Amino acid sequence: MGIQGMELCAMAVVVLLFIAVLKQFGILEPMSMEDSSDSELELSTVRHQPEGLDQLQTQTKFTKKELQSLYRGFKNECPTGLVDEDTFKLIYSQFFPQGDATTYAHFLFNAFDADGNGAIRFEDFVVGLSILLRGTVHEKLKWAFNLYDINKDGYITKEEMLAIMKSIYDMMGHHTYPILREDAPLEHVERFFQKMDRNQDGVVTIEEFLETCQKDENIMNSMQLFENVI
Amino acid sequence: MAAGVAAWLPFARAAAIGWMPVANCPMPLAPAEKNKRQDELIILNVSGRRFQTWRTTLERYPDTLLGSTEKEFFFNEDTKEYFFDRDPEVFRCVLNFYRTGKLHYPRYECISAYDDELAFYGILPEIIGDCCYEEYKDRKRENAERLMDDNDSENNQESMPSLSFRQTMWRAFENPHTSTLALVFYYVTGFFIAVSVITNVVETVPCGTVPGSKELPCGERYSVAFFCLDTACVMIFTVEYLLRLFAAPSRYRFIRSVMSIIDVVAIMPYYIGLVMTNNEDVSGAFVTLRVFRVFRIFKFSRHSQGLRILGYTLKSCASELGFLLFSLTMAIIIFATVMFYAEKGSSASKFTSIPASFWYTIVTMTTLGYGDMVPKTIAGKIFGSICSLSGVLVIALPVPVIVSNFSRIYHQNQRADKRRAQKKARLARIRVAKTGSSNAYLHSKRNGLLNEALELTGTPEEEHMGKTTSLIESQHHHLLHCLEKTTNHEFIDEQMFEQNCMESSMQNYSSTRSPSLSSHPGLTTTCCSRRSKKTTHLPSSNLPATRLRSMQELSTIHIQGSEQPSLTTSRSSLNLKADDGLRPNCKTSQITTAIISIPTPPALTPEGESRPPPASPGPNTNIPSIASNVVKVSAL
Repeated sequence: MGIQGMELCAMAVVVLLFIAVLKQFGILEPMSMEDSSDSELELSTVRHQPEGLDQLQTQTKFTKKELQSLYRGFKNECPTGLVDEDTFKLIYSQFFPQGDATTYAHFLFNAFDADGNGAIRFEDFVVGLSILLRGTVHEKLKWAFNLYDINKDGYITKEEMLAIMKSIYDMMGHHTYPILREDAPLEHVERFFQKMDRNQDGVVTIEEFLETCQKDENIMNSMQLFENVI
Repeated sequence: MAAGVAAWLPFARAAAIGWMPVANCPMPLAPAEKNKRQDELIILNVSGRRFQTWRTTLERYPDTLLGSTEKEFFFNEDTKEYFFDRDPEVFRCVLNFYRTGKLHYPRYECISAYDDELAFYGILPEIIGDCCYEEYKDRKRENAERLMDDNDSENNQESMPSLSFRQTMWRAFENPHTSTLALVFYYVTGFFIAVSVITNVVETVPCGTVPGSKELPCGERYSVAFFCLDTACVMIFTVEYLLRLFAAPSRYRFIRSVMSIIDVVAIMPYYIGLVMTNNEDVSGAFVTLRVFRVFRIFKFSRHSQGLRILGYTLKSCASELGFLLFSLTMAIIIFATVMFYAEKGSSASKFTSIPASFWYTIVTMTTLGYGDMVPKTIAGKIFGSICSLSGVLVIALPVPVIVSNFSRIYHQNQRADKRRAQKKARLARIRVAKTGSSNAYLHSKRNGLLNEALELTGTPEEEHMGKTTSLIESQHHHLLHCLEKTTNHEFIDEQMFEQNCMESSMQNYSSTRSPSLSSHPGLTTTCCSRRSKKTTHLPSSNLPATRLRSMQELSTIHIQGSEQPSLTTSRSSLNLKADDGLRPNCKTSQITTAIISIPTPPALTPEGESRPPPASPGPNTNIPSIASNVVKVSAL
């Protein structure tokens, strides 16, 4: 058996080598592996061009020059015209080197990505910025509410707020003074709910939110803080 | 922060509105942005080529020249652009860095030119992007090695007069060209190594027959002669080894070095052979020991640069060699196993076991093919052919790596040698050019004197005398003239200086000598070499001209002296009397002499030098007016 076996093996090896040689001559066409190269092209051709400058001007409160400047910065960082979540997280994390800004960036991304397609286009970006920088206080507060309301159901629950709070505290990192305690986010959330939740039903609605914020001087003042960013 | 990210800062700030409702305390005020201007295009004119970019692009990196207000120094009001008188090619890379955030290194650019430009624009080379960083680092390392080679060869050529005997001996061993004795030693040892190796070889040659017995090798026939030769060689080697051991600066390190181990292995068999006389049990071992005598041939590596390079290459290719070995081993085992089982059936097969097949596999893979073992079955033949084909591949793959390594190292060495040889010629040419400039000063001075004389006599139209000098030259000469006036001395050229010194040394040969004399014979006859001189501390003063080219090095003693009295007292330990005694004759109480030795060509020879004037009548002040508080006394 042993001898027969070896002979068989030898024959098998010879046949394999023969096939390899034939492949070189292209006689035996390989069955598969023709389309793999094409799939690579698909990703890179995804590109997005924004709407015209005039349309954006009507949609937002930026001047033409401001829009141009914004677009230049945007396009420089994302030549394809779309920001996906990972890039967004990367960019945002660079501003907070000590802590972990990825969770908060995730929430921000969702707030900016109005149509929920997983990528921020320039229009989303500019519309969001327009609200934040040139909008009325009312609009800004609504935007903030939208940010906190993770599942966009119109109510901020304690869990949502806790998630947001934790992500904000995460950005601080570990080296803080005073030392960050484990329950600091929870405490903060409790205080927030005490202030905001009028009818103590465990959720904060948009009306409660707007009402409370408009009564709070600190909040109203701080909303005006970033007027001159652009 | 990276460039692009800076563009997103406004966004991040705007998004901070999300924190506001959650915050409990008031926010700090935002920084006011004074004179906020619209983004504008600015023009950068670099040697005539105009680049345009947005102002904010440049402001991404505020700690560079272009990003800060430093560029305002280059602003040209008339043309409303920033003009830089630099290389436009490199500027292209620099500007792209601002635009894209990535700095690239163009391969055609010279590394030091590129470094200079980066330094000018205030950009750290470390931020070169990953794509170009390897290339940059390689070129930089190559350049640094080259410079280090040059410096090393320079250092080697200076001889330090204060070496101890041991150090001179070590230097003689390491570099045979330092003295004739070293050269002689080098050749003698080389000769004896050759003799020893040839002896070992000839020993085994059959040497004709002694009548009545079979053919003997020469070693046994003339055993006494060979023994004497062997003894002589081992004596020489032992003496050499002991001398090296004595002279080595770090004995422990020397003992561990490869060459010393080879030396020891070369001479040990002889001594062991002496100790173990005809003891039958160990005579087998004794024969084995003789094999080690062949290691003497490795002693030649001290004599041959190429051998050393080969050894160094093999060491540096250790990983490739290791890989070669490993892949070969794998292949051998695989094929040996296969061949064994393939040939198991055939009768009278030589493939008796797998280890026995190893031999076949090695011989086949290296394409030797002795033919002492051949497969007979068909399967065996098939696998055998596959074995030989794959052997060629496996061996051929790592070899080019080793070869290229060897070639690189070898050529580096060749280049180093060539550079050293050329360097002398280059330096000589540079020196000639430099003395040209000092001569120009003296020449124009003579003309200048003439000018003054003419002016005094009232001939204004003779203001341009001889050839017209350029503005820079005349300013330079004016500077040197100011120096002369400051120190009350004048520049003269070599011949006159030597004449003066000769005269004064004839007149007064002082027996007192300064404490640390250099042993250079040529200078002890001149006064200026023997006496201690105060000099003023001038940063780049070099002894000009040929006098000090012959000097190896001067040791200088710094004396901190702020006023005259203390200075004189401190000088008292250094030949004050001699100074006083010689002063009237030589009028050389302060002479700036060299602080730096030459082979490096002096930067600008006349600068900082003041020579004894041929006939200066004035009082010799001890400290010239431009003195700082540090006085360098050069003791020769």
